[in-house]
Amino acid sequence: MNPITGTPAAVTATRPETAPPAPTRAETPQPVLELRGAAARVGGRTLWSGVDLTVRAGEFVAVLGPNGVGKSTMVKVLLGVLPAAAGEVRVLGGQPGQSAGARIGYLPQRRSFDPSLRIRGLDVVRLGLDGDRWGVPLPFGAARRRDRERVAEAVDLVGAGAYAHRPIGQCSGGEQQRLLIAQALVRRPEVLLLDEPLDSLDLPNQSAVAALIGRICHQQGVAVVMVAHDVNPILHHLDRVVYLAEGGAVAGTPAEVITSETLTRLYRSPVEVLRTADGRLVVVGQPEAPSTHGGHHAAV
Amino acid sequence: MTELAVSAWGQPFFHNAVLAGTFIALAAGLVGYFLVLRAQIFTGDALSHVAFTGAMAALAGGYDLRLGLFVGCVAAGLLLAGIGRSGRADDVVIGSAFAWILGLGSFFLTLYTTSRSGAMGGAGTTVLFGSIFGLSTGQTLVAVLVAVAISAVVLLIARPLLFATVDESVAAARGVPVRVLGFGFLALVGACAGEATQAVGSLLLLGLLAAPAGAAIRLTDRPFRALALSGGLAVAELWAGLAASALIPSLPPSFAIMAAATAVYGATFLIRPQRAPLGTASPAAG
Repeated sequence: MNPITGTPAAVTATRPETAPPAPTRAETPQPVLELRGAAARVGGRTLWSGVDLTVRAGEFVAVLGPNGVGKSTMVKVLLGVLPAAAGEVRVLGGQPGQSAGARIGYLPQRRSFDPSLRIRGLDVVRLGLDGDRWGVPLPFGAARRRDRERVAEAVDLVGAGAYAHRPIGQCSGGEQQRLLIAQALVRRPEVLLLDEPLDSLDLPNQSAVAALIGRICHQQGVAVVMVAHDVNPILHHLDRVVYLAEGGAVAGTPAEVITSETLTRLYRSPVEVLRTADGRLVVVGQPEAPSTHGGHHAAV
Repeated sequence: MTELAVSAWGQPFFHNAVLAGTFIALAAGLVGYFLVLRAQIFTGDALSHVAFTGAMAALAGGYDLRLGLFVGCVAAGLLLAGIGRSGRADDVVIGSAFAWILGLGSFFLTLYTTSRSGAMGGAGTTVLFGSIFGLSTGQTLVAVLVAVAISAVVLLIARPLLFATVDESVAAARGVPVRVLGFGFLALVGACAGEATQAVGSLLLLGLLAAPAGAAIRLTDRPFRALALSGGLAVAELWAGLAASALIPSLPPSFAIMAAATAVYGATFLIRPQRAPLGTASPAAG
């Protein structure tokens, strides 16, 4: 219903990042995430069901759907915080939640830091490495140097070197988000679960952070599952999308799933997918709040 | 004057005050850092009401004053943790409840002074404003042991507590027991309030909890350095206060300690002008 009013340049600029989905880790990689007929139920209400999805190393998957359909619940199920109501969910070859520590990086829905918080970005990244250990870190020793190198590596990976030493409360929203991605990456996880990481960023930052996540996914061979409000900033980096609906779901490549026919069948009401000249997608007629339009930064 | 100072210096009561005060201040400084970081200073204010009432209730009931102090403060800390984030009580409820608690304290005080015919008529003042120069050897030993235990627990939980404070949802996903830590920390704050009441009194304990931590946070943006600095500043300020009070007998120790703490906190606004001041930092937006 709402036309896209975002700047097209922001999306076309990221086009060269469109890497082939070839995984870099192994020739025939084991599935990192596997869902078979999975369903989620919260408070007696079935949010979504029938999700069949296989994610391998180095693949970038987006979880899409209208507001309130349970996109964040999908992340909770993969984290093992919430048990699946039906079907089978396997994460890194085991039950969800079994290896939640080092092998899964998690970026929850956007949280901003109080401007007066006087803790450096480096320290926030560092907490992702050893924040769950008891005691205080020793100010000497070989372990300290190794930890500092790991933190510096993660900060370099997201290009946050220029402001990582500043108190995080004084960093901009985009800078904070990059530091939080570094925090999620600092243990070199095999899976990265991101819950609306582009929300509340401006358009240039949205496409820059999307390109960063796409690069980490394809170059480092990290499997990325990202809950998204708007598919357009990440469309060119995606290998697969999962569209959730009340009581159902469709998974596949963006070209297969984000079409008028598929979404009309999924939502059992007429849905139209329009493609603009620059390749952006507009979904019209989706029940509840449309989730693949330009986002609340554009026109709501 | 010099004679007085020398004489105070040599007295056992002064040794007790230095010994107990050092560890009490260390515990208060360490706990205070997280109290400031978690924006729970108001909890410290609440506990100062409870500390007075708890101590008075214990006296009226014929028990050791410190028993009421610790039981009251730890219970109140746990209660506040329970109210805390889940069901946030509104300001009017909290304000009325604390005024009522303080009123209850004055009731117990009257009960105590009338029933025990003024055997320890100054008990109210002692609890409100502290009596660090009045600690016996036995009281000093208990105070030191409790303070060492509080400090040790703070150091043990420091890193996960920092994680839970700065980044609660990620910490929870990583398996940090966020809720248990929150409860445990406020129980520690309660125990620490009971300790600090013995040193500076319930009315002034907020100064020992908040001022050194506030100064440390202004001086460094590295969390563990700030934690150490907060503990160190609290101890140094307590020493300075005790020394001033020994040299100038008309200065009560509680006042001298608070004056030192406030002076240090105020001084942090004078140095480091190159960093953006807290109030004027531009909000972090897009």
